[in-house]
Amino acid sequence: MKLITTIVRPERLPEVKEALFRAGITGITLSRVSGHGGEHEVLEQYRGTAVVMEFHEKVKIEMVCSEPFVEPCIKAILSSARTGEVGDGKIFVQPIEKVVRIRTGEVDNAALTAVNAQEVQQAAIKAAGMGGAA
Amino acid sequence: MTQGAAVSAGDTAWVLTSSALVLLMTVGLAFFYGGLVRTKNALNTMMMSVVALGVIGVQWVLVGYSIAFGHGNAWFGGFAWLGFRGVGIEPDPAYAATIPLQAHAMFQGMFAIITPALISGAIVERMRFRAYVAFLVLWATLIYDPLAHWVWGAGGWLQQRGALDFAGGTVVHISAGVSALVAAWMLGARKDFRRVPLAPHSVPLVLLGAGLLWFGWFGFNAGSALAANGLAALAFVNTNNGAAAALVTWALLDLIRTGKITAVGAATGLVVGLVGITPAAGYVSTLAALAIGALSACVSYTAIQIRSRTRLDDALDVFSCHGLAGTAGALLTGVFASKLINPAGADGLLAGNAAQVAVQLLAVTATVAFAAIGTAVILKLVQATLGARAGVRTEMTGLDLSEHGEEAYFGGGALGGNVVVQEIPVE
Repeated sequence: MKLITTIVRPERLPEVKEALFRAGITGITLSRVSGHGGEHEVLEQYRGTAVVMEFHEKVKIEMVCSEPFVEPCIKAILSSARTGEVGDGKIFVQPIEKVVRIRTGEVDNAALTAVNAQEVQQAAIKAAGMGGAA
Repeated sequence: MTQGAAVSAGDTAWVLTSSALVLLMTVGLAFFYGGLVRTKNALNTMMMSVVALGVIGVQWVLVGYSIAFGHGNAWFGGFAWLGFRGVGIEPDPAYAATIPLQAHAMFQGMFAIITPALISGAIVERMRFRAYVAFLVLWATLIYDPLAHWVWGAGGWLQQRGALDFAGGTVVHISAGVSALVAAWMLGARKDFRRVPLAPHSVPLVLLGAGLLWFGWFGFNAGSALAANGLAALAFVNTNNGAAAALVTWALLDLIRTGKITAVGAATGLVVGLVGITPAAGYVSTLAALAIGALSACVSYTAIQIRSRTRLDDALDVFSCHGLAGTAGALLTGVFASKLINPAGADGLLAGNAAQVAVQLLAVTATVAFAAIGTAVILKLVQATLGARAGVRTEMTGLDLSEHGEEAYFGGGALGGNVVVQEIPVE
């Protein structure tokens, strides 16, 4: 099991979410974060005051995957979050020791698969197909 | 009802409507200033305008109107009309022959309310509220009321010199702007001035406030005709011209300097244009009004750029926007005024009467001197008795909590866990 943490552009979040769902990763946790990377600082002007925005708004997505899902997950993020400009974000992968589902007490891989995972994945694939046809 | 025959229904309706419009300006000012400060001081800043609706509303009826518009001497209106005694529904031809004196009194009262509130923009985020309220009442009584008498009161000395001030360029904007400069200087800069970014917390509120100011300013300027007539229409049109031309000019200056047109700039520009056209609205042509709006914007824009490089913490640039644009408007009135436009006015420089510029300059100088010295004395008095400056810690946590015990945007956030209900004993 791995904890995959990715930091992406807020404006790419809808695409990233759809790609993750299509890959079968349906259990995700989001946070709004701000941070500093290689991007240029944004300058804002209010009358005579110039304000430099040193930190950029990002979205952090955390998810724990069983081993077969790790590579598809990384591929899904790469394909959906990349714009090619500086500031696209990072993916961090760390090992996880133990997972417990609070509702049932199930542990590890049994605790990881969301009960409606298949349903969500099928819907995401169908939506993508319809989008492509239109 | 022989007296009643002199009252014009149309004139009275317009002046009463204009009074309500000017009242809305003070609310607009609360939004305009409130949006420009930080979240932690939003309520305190808005209350600095709102409280004037109360205290100056009362002060005006008790003493203000008498000092400003009583038939006293050239300098002072006297105490004959204290508590509106003798201010009835019959017209007073010295001011307006066709509207009840009470309508005139209420219209002018709205001016008396917004003028000291304008000053608050210079001293936001650092003044004790009770000290501010004391300052407000003293300033209205000792500065605004006599000044209004000089320019508009029966027999006022500046009026007799022929100074033109249609709706309050000197009385309202120069006096407030200069007093703001003195107050900002005496009170000192905010503790974190030039250390942290002091950016507006809500630009949409700024735009809302600027819109309300523009709307209300039609009452301010066109209502100053004190009748529903051609002069009111002229002032109405010129008011719009001044605001529109200044907005466009400000946007272009923004574009040239930073490459972008800003929303705060558009809001500031339109207000500056309204300030500039205020003294001129009833005396100049349509094209002159456009020129006055554009020139006022240039003056204020330049002044703000210079001010922001100094240590002077006139937080919301009241001096640049009201003091200097008001001065530009007052002097340009002396340039563009024409008797072809308003026979009751005067000819200005372009109509061959250079002396009018000198008269305007006299009015500006007298206003600046009186407002500056008066503000310094009043603020010294308030500092010595009540203490004007908020403490360092309250300044850091914000004046909304320390002065009002409220927050502009209450809520414990997503977790909502840091708020509990205080026990209230059940009877």
